[in-house]
Amino acid sequence: MTQIRRLFRTPWLGPLLALFALYALFTVLAPDTFARQSNLLTMLRQTSVVGIAAVGMTFTIVLGGIDLSVGSAVALTTVVVAECLRAGMGPVAAAALGVLTGGALGLCNGALVAGLKISPFIVTLGTMSVLRGVAKGIADEQKIDADPRGLDSLMQSHASALLFPAGVWLMLIATLFGVGLLTYTKIGRQIVAVGSNTETARLCGISIPRTTLFVYALSGLLVGLAGVLEFSTLTVGDPTDSVGLELEVIAAVVIGGGSLSGGQGSASGTLVGALLLTVIKAGCTHLGLPNWVQEIFTGFIIVVAMSIDRLRQRAR
Amino acid sequence: MSESGAPALLRVAGLSKSFGATHAISNVELTLREGEVHALLGENGAGKSTLLKILAGTQSADSGSLLLAGRQYAPRTPEQARTLGVAFVSQEPALCPDLSVAENIVLSALPGRFGWIDRAEQNRRAGAALARVLPEGAPLPDLAQRAGDLGQGDRQLVCLARALAQTECRILILDEPTSTLNSSEAERLFVVVRELTKSGIAVLYVSHFLEEVERIADRYTVLRDGKFVHSGEIAGTARSELVKLMAGRDVQELFPRSARSPGEVVLDLRDIAGPRLPISASLSLRKGEVLGIAGLLGAGRTELLRAIFGLDRVKGGSLRVKGVLGPASPARRLAQGVDLLSEDRKGQGLAEALSLGDNITLSTLQSLGPFGLVSPKKRAAIAQSYLERLGVRARGPEQLARDLSGGNQQKICFARLLQHGADVLLLDEPTRGVDVGSRADLYRIIDELAAQGNAVLMISSYLPELLGVCDRIAVMVRGKLGPARPASELSEHALLLEATG
Repeated sequence: MTQIRRLFRTPWLGPLLALFALYALFTVLAPDTFARQSNLLTMLRQTSVVGIAAVGMTFTIVLGGIDLSVGSAVALTTVVVAECLRAGMGPVAAAALGVLTGGALGLCNGALVAGLKISPFIVTLGTMSVLRGVAKGIADEQKIDADPRGLDSLMQSHASALLFPAGVWLMLIATLFGVGLLTYTKIGRQIVAVGSNTETARLCGISIPRTTLFVYALSGLLVGLAGVLEFSTLTVGDPTDSVGLELEVIAAVVIGGGSLSGGQGSASGTLVGALLLTVIKAGCTHLGLPNWVQEIFTGFIIVVAMSIDRLRQRAR
Repeated sequence: MSESGAPALLRVAGLSKSFGATHAISNVELTLREGEVHALLGENGAGKSTLLKILAGTQSADSGSLLLAGRQYAPRTPEQARTLGVAFVSQEPALCPDLSVAENIVLSALPGRFGWIDRAEQNRRAGAALARVLPEGAPLPDLAQRAGDLGQGDRQLVCLARALAQTECRILILDEPTSTLNSSEAERLFVVVRELTKSGIAVLYVSHFLEEVERIADRYTVLRDGKFVHSGEIAGTARSELVKLMAGRDVQELFPRSARSPGEVVLDLRDIAGPRLPISASLSLRKGEVLGIAGLLGAGRTELLRAIFGLDRVKGGSLRVKGVLGPASPARRLAQGVDLLSEDRKGQGLAEALSLGDNITLSTLQSLGPFGLVSPKKRAAIAQSYLERLGVRARGPEQLARDLSGGNQQKICFARLLQHGADVLLLDEPTRGVDVGSRADLYRIIDELAAQGNAVLMISSYLPELLGVCDRIAVMVRGKLGPARPASELSEHALLLEATG
């Protein structure tokens, strides 16, 4: 009985049902194209960049923070990876450097938030602009062509022996990692504690600056990984890429049960949120609906998901 | 001071702390003995909280000596204080609502290896800590439950359990522990405190409720204006003596009562029911009288006031204000001359970041000038008149509301109600967190208002206050409001019996 009640309290139960419902709806409306297995694969692949960055954002939002610089950081990472490859680096080294770039950028955000005690919204609003500028500066405001040396295969299905492309596996692993970290580790519970009630967490001896640094750096590493996958999709370094990506990432977390006031959110819910956004986009495309309809529909779903969540919380 | 009885655990002497030019405390002394409950008494602003903060490690003293079991004690952080055995439980239960009960209890030392949490060990430790703060035989709350879903009393138990779970607790500081509890929860707390002292723990107990102090404490220390006044045994000290020590003057006329002449009915409720609470409430309030509502926390008293004021939906029954039926909304009620003083002063009653003048005139801005303009001069003049009339201790209308003590903040809330011209006043716990001296001022204000023909409906959990201030009192039990009876025919004992019945 308590098990069932717990299940109903799962904040992402609603979004999960919505995901199935929408999937069924589009399958009925476009049975020839949408329902194909290849489309399922395509949708998973299309979700991986947002999905991985969103796991990072889940940590940030559970902590009570926010990161608006995700889109710029992804673009900067694609530029860094492209430049590395062009400089003759191997694919593994270039990818590793891309991930570390993201981590370093996250660490900077974290240091500004923790050290200067400025609100994370303001800090990352600033770094969003700074990083976009840096990316454009490094790339000389152009796309950087580079031989991907196999990095492009991360997102290709035929290059993988394991059902999904590597990017999709990375997304699933990142999600599992996120669930494990937030549920079963000390640092994870401390993140929830800080987001839930910062003062109490401080009184219980949890270092707020240390936790903040950890979260933004870890989130940055995941953003870096998303950037590498984005490069793998584009096969060029593009400083103008991923404008507004952060909003999609935040939407995925929030649809999945994350609360912008902190303390609530889960990586599994976030994955559901990210998939929901992709299904809406893909479904609309298969139905031949124009882009503006997709955008209206997406916005609609976000607000509806939030309203349902409000009602659920009130019923408690 | 006599050195009889148990050995001294904590000895504070000559303790001083100033903020800028103001001395928060100067030359304070305090001796805590093993296994005693020691009441720390004083009005708001007497320096109690500064002393507590120094003991808990959130502030450091400028000078003076602190000896804990004979050794120098100077904690720089709450963590350090805890490791030395001094635990602090704040007035408002400080919990992480999104964590489980067990996690909240062991939060400062989550058990586990290599960063992974050991759930079994966590539950074992949390369960053991909870068992210490529950009366014998009481069932353990669900450890996996979200702490945010607990009631106030259980929240405080969790905080107490956390304080005890941390290393070996030798001194437990409780700051106004019963202010958010109902009487059965308070009873449970008293039992627990007694149990804890048996194991040698010294409890420093801060409370405004003297009858509570008389029941639970062995000795007391009184502070006034940041200075040590007196210390002694509770047994053999009269309550009036304690009040005198705290206030520094005789508070004889604590409950002034002018001649009141109740007039026509201005508020008439028949079987009012809300979505959940209240279940049924009938009463009629007349001009020029003070009607009190007693009851336990959670009985539905606040919900009743909110329903009357139009903040919550009314599901059934009829509600007449000055003879008029009709839909309720706060704007409509304000227009009818009904105003509400919220129990949550910081959250709902006051804009803390604004000046006193702004706060007083907030709901009557249109009277401050033509065309939506606000005249600062006019505002200051209005505010100044209230500061004088209500005896607010403040520098002037430009001072920020957050700089005032609780009692003076409450006077500002009253001033806004008066400025608004309300003649039916709904007061929800008007003296919560207010010191003795300011409470007397508030009683005087309420009495004056009633004598001038205003109608007052007042909720309070402090029974002597209801008996002293009100003409009639009704008791609310589990959502149902009983009949109002003359206060002169009632006693604390009778009210308590009815409320817990």
